Amino acid sequence: MSKHPVIEWIDRRFPFTAFVKHELTEYKVPRNLSYWWNFGFLAGFVLLLQIVSGVFLAMHYKPDAKLAFDSIEHIMREVNYGWLLRYLHSTGASAFFAVIYIHMARTLYYGSFRAPREIMWWTGQVLLLSLMATAFMGYLLPWGQMSYWGAQVITNLFGATPIIGGDVVVWLRGDFVVGDATINRFFVLHFFFPFLICGIVLVHLVALHFVRSSNPSGINLRAEENISLHPYFTFKDLFGLGVFLIIFCAFVFFSPDFFIEPDNNIPANPLQTPPHIVPEWYFLPFYAILRAIPDMLGGVVAMTLSVMVFAAMPYLDRSKIPGGSRYRPLYRAMFGVFVLDIALLTYVGAQPATDEMTIIGRIATTIYFSMFMLLPIMSKKEEAWLFVRGLPQEVMAMIAEEKDDDRRRREKDRRKNERRREQE
Amino acid sequence: MSDDDKVKDPQRRDFLGKATAVVGGAGAAAACWPLVSSMNPATDVLSKATTEVDIGSISKGEAKTIAWQGKPVFIVHRTEDQIRAMNESPGGKDPQPDGQRVIKPEWLVIVGICTHLGCVPNRSATGWSCPCHGSQYDLSGRILKGPAPRNLELPPYQFVTDNKIIIGKA
Ligand code: HEM
Ligand code: FES
Repeated sequence: MSKHPVIEWIDRRFPFTAFVKHELTEYKVPRNLSYWWNFGFLAGFVLLLQIVSGVFLAMHYKPDAKLAFDSIEHIMREVNYGWLLRYLHSTGASAFFAVIYIHMARTLYYGSFRAPREIMWWTGQVLLLSLMATAFMGYLLPWGQMSYWGAQVITNLFGATPIIGGDVVVWLRGDFVVGDATINRFFVLHFFFPFLICGIVLVHLVALHFVRSSNPSGINLRAEENISLHPYFTFKDLFGLGVFLIIFCAFVFFSPDFFIEPDNNIPANPLQTPPHIVPEWYFLPFYAILRAIPDMLGGVVAMTLSVMVFAAMPYLDRSKIPGGSRYRPLYRAMFGVFVLDIALLTYVGAQPATDEMTIIGRIATTIYFSMFMLLPIMSKKEEAWLFVRGLPQEVMAMIAEEKDDDRRRREKDRRKNERRREQE
Repeated sequence: MSDDDKVKDPQRRDFLGKATAVVGGAGAAAACWPLVSSMNPATDVLSKATTEVDIGSISKGEAKTIAWQGKPVFIVHRTEDQIRAMNESPGGKDPQPDGQRVIKPEWLVIVGICTHLGCVPNRSATGWSCPCHGSQYDLSGRILKGPAPRNLELPPYQFVTDNKIIIGKA
């Protein structure tokens, strides 16, 4: 196939074809990737969806405590396809979290957070935090009762900061309570953060193309077992997208209010808290952890830790055995318990804070953190046990190879240092 | 590298490099201050600092919620029974005599923002109960039960006349 003259012209000035070939069409991917590897692409798609629907919503939305609620009604009733824009955007937020949580669960299950993929894991952690911040600020914009009281409670969490807590809360809000100044800045930041997210995604992808995808076998494949992204995985991703869109559109068109709390159709009233406030489903586990601790500062610290602790995973998991859960029954069991525990926390977070629920919440919180705390010991013990029990040959070969690599690297460092010392 | 290009006194150069970085860093940090400060309440928000309330219309046993600095303030006209009960109780985990929480015992004036995470508590039989995480306050605004760490805050206020108070000025 000969190149189009325009492409030809560009290629002499900018590495367009080379880039597309190297990073996209002929980018090599392990041939055994399962559908669990679709979710990164899906996250990118949902990000784009949120940006596009958001930009068009922003053309009609008014970030003003007096006008915001009515401008949403205006979007819903009078703007052409305004209802579609809003439902795409509000359902898209839930879809984003669903996709990201599955993406993270995949990474945990297959142990892909370990060397050499730590930077991918940590950029992912920053992406999760930015996504949470974006969704939280976006949720205030409709200025309904849930919006208002959610923002009031969450900004108050910063009040737990020792000494300067009260000032920080007022600074965040720009007022003594969540008010006009707050909605205005939340709108600006809600608009801005997704572009920041795009930048972090770029770093995430550069890291990916450098260390390349892990795969469900946990073993590094031979070169010929890696195949081109296009057409094999472009089409696998598109098929996955089709399945995703069927589910997504079912919510958008048949149950658009599913993810919108009924109380949020009541305009914000700063003098009256609704009888039962609940966060959106994607914050429920963390909310349950917040409520499980009787002390306020303790609750805030526990909740922060419950999100941030993931960053420590590359160090908490000390096993040398590759492949995450594939060859590690104990790790697999812990993963299972962790997922069930999160489901339990989600349930508890949605219930009113009765004594019974508080106790269940405390047990679930204890299980949540003990999984992380047990991991360093369990992973070492499991490793010793599996070495005795025996592991597939390929796995042992890979561990030996890594040891070799390590030794060689250390040797090289030593020689470099020696040379430097000699020079001095 | 030719000979005269060689650094003669590398330590001196290190120092200059570090000093430049420190001064430059401090300058950059100082330049951020206006940005940080601009997010604090603007002067018009600050000027809403006081509110006058006519309390003559609140009969015994009744309560009224008004907005001060955008915050809900509960004003309760307490009965003799209630005053006596509050005098006898020391409060909960943040004990404080009722006498220290009022100017005139029949008038309780408190900020209606839960000291836990800022929800507005609802009236209950014994005082207030917070819908968010179940904190309970008595008729002096003292915390009895639940996650809230402190008693409901007292706004600065004074009686202008017997029937009028000004909130925000002590
Ligand atoms: C990371 C991607 C994003 C997420 C997770 C997100 C999330 C949300 C959420 C949860 C809401 C409240 C929905 C409701 O209850 O109606 C919202 C509202 C809004 N967002 Fe976003 N958003 C994202 C990107 C954007 C972008 C890029 C823009 C603009 C350029 C934007 C503009 C708006 C506007 C104008 C509203 C108010 C209208 C409404 O509530 O439907 N969003 N967003
Ligand atoms: S905000 Fe009142 S109990 Fe949490």
